Amino acid sequence: MNLTLKVWRQKDGNSRGYLETIEARDIDPHMSFLEMLDVVNERLILEGKEPIAFDSDCREGICGTCSCMINGKPHGGFKGTTTCQLHMRHFKDGDVIVIEPWRSRAFPIIKDLIVDRTALDRIIQAGGYISVNTGSAPEANSIPVPKDVAEAAMDAAACIGCGACVAACKNASAMLFVAAKVSHLNLLPQGKPEKDRRVRNMIAQMDKEGFGNCTNVGSCEAACPKEVSLEFIAKMNRDYAVALLKGEPRKIKSGGAS
Amino acid sequence: MKLDAKIPSGPLEQKWDKHRNELKLISPANKRKYEIIVVGTGLAGASAAASLAELGYYVKAFCFQDSPRRAHSIAAQGGINAAKNYQNDGDSVYRLFYDTIKGGDFRSREANVYRLAQLSLNIIDQCVAQGVPFAREYGGLLANRSFGGAQVSRTFYARGQTGQQLLLGAYQALSRQIAAGMVKMYPRTEMLDLVIVDGHAKGIIVRDLVTGKISSVAADAVILATGGYSNVFYLSTNAKGCNVSAIFRAYKKGACFANPCFTQIHPTCIPVSGEYQSKLTLMSESLRNDGRIWVPKKPGDKRRPQDIPEDERDYFLERKYPSYGNLAPRDISSRAIKEVCDEGRGVGPGGRGVYLDFSDAIKRLGKEKIAERYGNLFDMYEKITGENAYEQPMRIYPAPHYTMGGLWVDYNLMSNIPGLFVLGEANFSDHGANRLGASALMQGLADGYFIIPYTIGHYFATSKQARPSTDHPEFKKAEKDVENMIKRLLSVKGKRTAVSFHRELGKLMWDNVGMARSRQSLEYALKKIPEIRDEFWHNVIVSGEASTLNQDLENAIRIADFLEFAELLALDALEREESCGGHFRVEYQDNGETKRNDEQFAFVSAWEYQGPDKKPVLHKEPLVYEFVQMSTRSYK
Repeated sequence: MNLTLKVWRQKDGNSRGYLETIEARDIDPHMSFLEMLDVVNERLILEGKEPIAFDSDCREGICGTCSCMINGKPHGGFKGTTTCQLHMRHFKDGDVIVIEPWRSRAFPIIKDLIVDRTALDRIIQAGGYISVNTGSAPEANSIPVPKDVAEAAMDAAACIGCGACVAACKNASAMLFVAAKVSHLNLLPQGKPEKDRRVRNMIAQMDKEGFGNCTNVGSCEAACPKEVSLEFIAKMNRDYAVALLKGEPRKIKSGGAS
Repeated sequence: MKLDAKIPSGPLEQKWDKHRNELKLISPANKRKYEIIVVGTGLAGASAAASLAELGYYVKAFCFQDSPRRAHSIAAQGGINAAKNYQNDGDSVYRLFYDTIKGGDFRSREANVYRLAQLSLNIIDQCVAQGVPFAREYGGLLANRSFGGAQVSRTFYARGQTGQQLLLGAYQALSRQIAAGMVKMYPRTEMLDLVIVDGHAKGIIVRDLVTGKISSVAADAVILATGGYSNVFYLSTNAKGCNVSAIFRAYKKGACFANPCFTQIHPTCIPVSGEYQSKLTLMSESLRNDGRIWVPKKPGDKRRPQDIPEDERDYFLERKYPSYGNLAPRDISSRAIKEVCDEGRGVGPGGRGVYLDFSDAIKRLGKEKIAERYGNLFDMYEKITGENAYEQPMRIYPAPHYTMGGLWVDYNLMSNIPGLFVLGEANFSDHGANRLGASALMQGLADGYFIIPYTIGHYFATSKQARPSTDHPEFKKAEKDVENMIKRLLSVKGKRTAVSFHRELGKLMWDNVGMARSRQSLEYALKKIPEIRDEFWHNVIVSGEASTLNQDLENAIRIADFLEFAELLALDALEREESCGGHFRVEYQDNGETKRNDEQFAFVSAWEYQGPDKKPVLHKEPLVYEFVQMSTRSYK
């Protein structure tokens, strides 16, 4: 089939971007969306033109590298699907497809469809971990975790950090991403000691990065390729409220070293 | 050059403890004076960077992805082995050791593999403490499943996303150290050369993938954890970005490359559907716990699978290997699949596929139970093929998946270049000629969490080599070399895209150096590879400039390295005149089973680079089996 692409082109973060019309010819319905872009790019290279820059790596929906707004929807808007898992059989001959990068102030554009998502890494660095040094772990089965708790933690931990939730949100909020990590760790007994600190610090970092707030619309959940539930945002808000009520953590007395 | 594996003396089960007691230490106050480069942030790299920073070393970590969380370890599905014996089914450290060394067809080191089995216990403890949400039983304790090549259930898993969860655990530990200021993270940065000063690895040359800037980084030691080279076959289960460049550049600087011909073809992948295809998708080995593999008995049977009666089906793995059945190891299963397809009994377009059928398991356990175990894999299958595997069998075919070969390392995971350490899939050490399922995650984490933190200190304490400045002429020279190579690539301005050469190379390698190799096919490949390479350097077109984000250029650099490395792989396959594990030479077989030649080939092949267009020199590290007997592998 033949398609018309309207692709966002932008040389770098400082240049102005624009939508370019590019024809995609002889596309096989079994191709993935990114394979379609590969074919288009090979042609552009041979014609001496600049290929479309886009992020991708594993191409099986788990690394979270690929992105793109496809016809205004993150990853194309198919249930539980990343762009790399989207196949061209969902389109028909003659379709016009608009392809844009993630849109959020916290994700500056690097080139064409590629954005800088290191803000998400900095949120994890603010508290998205359990402080356990290598070697100091107790025997694994000494910490029983109820099956339903482990399953709920896994549901949250399935987040691939792609940023579709931010791209889908009219406020460009990263609440679903943050809530997924807070819930994964706060639900587990291993994560309880740092529960309050974690949620406070991660939310503070999220605000600092310039992400918007949550107004409970739910487009993040609808766009999430891993179908991470909105309920985790409610869970995070509870944890946050409790942490705020508890107030500043107790100051640690200095000294004691002999 | 004499390769010394530095295997400690003494009884097998005491070697590692004894060695740890003998390794020299660095005091906490002195650790902060050392800087370590870690290239790659998969399981091995991230766990090493985090653990070393926790100890007080200053770490600089590099990855080409936009975040360390995206390294390809994330895609591992099935699980991670550990000899916990939680299932009371007779497992032990010795059994995990023995299964691994047997699975590797007796081409790995006893001492390394035994240590790996010992450390498997600590890994599970560590990961659980980090919050990895492993599957649990109703009592709250950890669940296990079984995997290929083993008769016990020792595999820990987090749905079909075990690699993701383990990597996120390591990434989070790494993130904590980044926040603490002990690790400086450089994402979207690719290593393009290794720098050696006075015989020691002391730095790397990197390219900033956003600005194109080439720069030097100096350190007291360099760790490469850059994964495997399955993409030499173009189509593989690896991510698009996976490449051989970091370890191949180190090889060209003098690091020996060991067993490059030991590549693993995974039996259960979704078959190729067309020319445009950019990668192949794995369907986890865990599916073989409940799925049954079969083809029609009659060649060319075009009936729908559900219309083929039971007695006209050939469950060939169960027939040929009754004691392991569908859980026969990967190399054996892959060859058996190829064999039935070669007989014309393959299914699906082109006849390159076999059925993986869940109908019996669904009858026995119910659809819900199967969905709970493998739901995400069934979904993934449907997205790619448009077929529902609850209602009709999956079609699968083998694909390149993992590479056992890699840079040669000693027991301390140090290469023959002092100060250059190699971890995870990038080294050659633990899996011999075939890796068992759920063992790659185990090895990556053992190397990063529990081996390198001990052995790197010993290197610092004994070598006393000062960290050079990046003004050193070796850095300037290496920077210049990299810049010239990039200039050369951009100036060819030919008529074929870089990826078209990659596709051509991949097809040549798959057809001639893939699942079945012969003297004739290998000699043909060795003749063709230089021809493709020559055309590449005269006829490639690489778009754009060096000083911007340029994905076409990134890719062309990696392909240029594959075009050289492929020759080394084929050469190693030619010289190894035996069949073992994933290396199958049709001349050496016993009715389709591998026929090893222990008298002549019980050694590690370690290749030393001699310069462009010169044949590398082969060094042989003999494999001495003190504790187990090398036997013929049987899964019958």
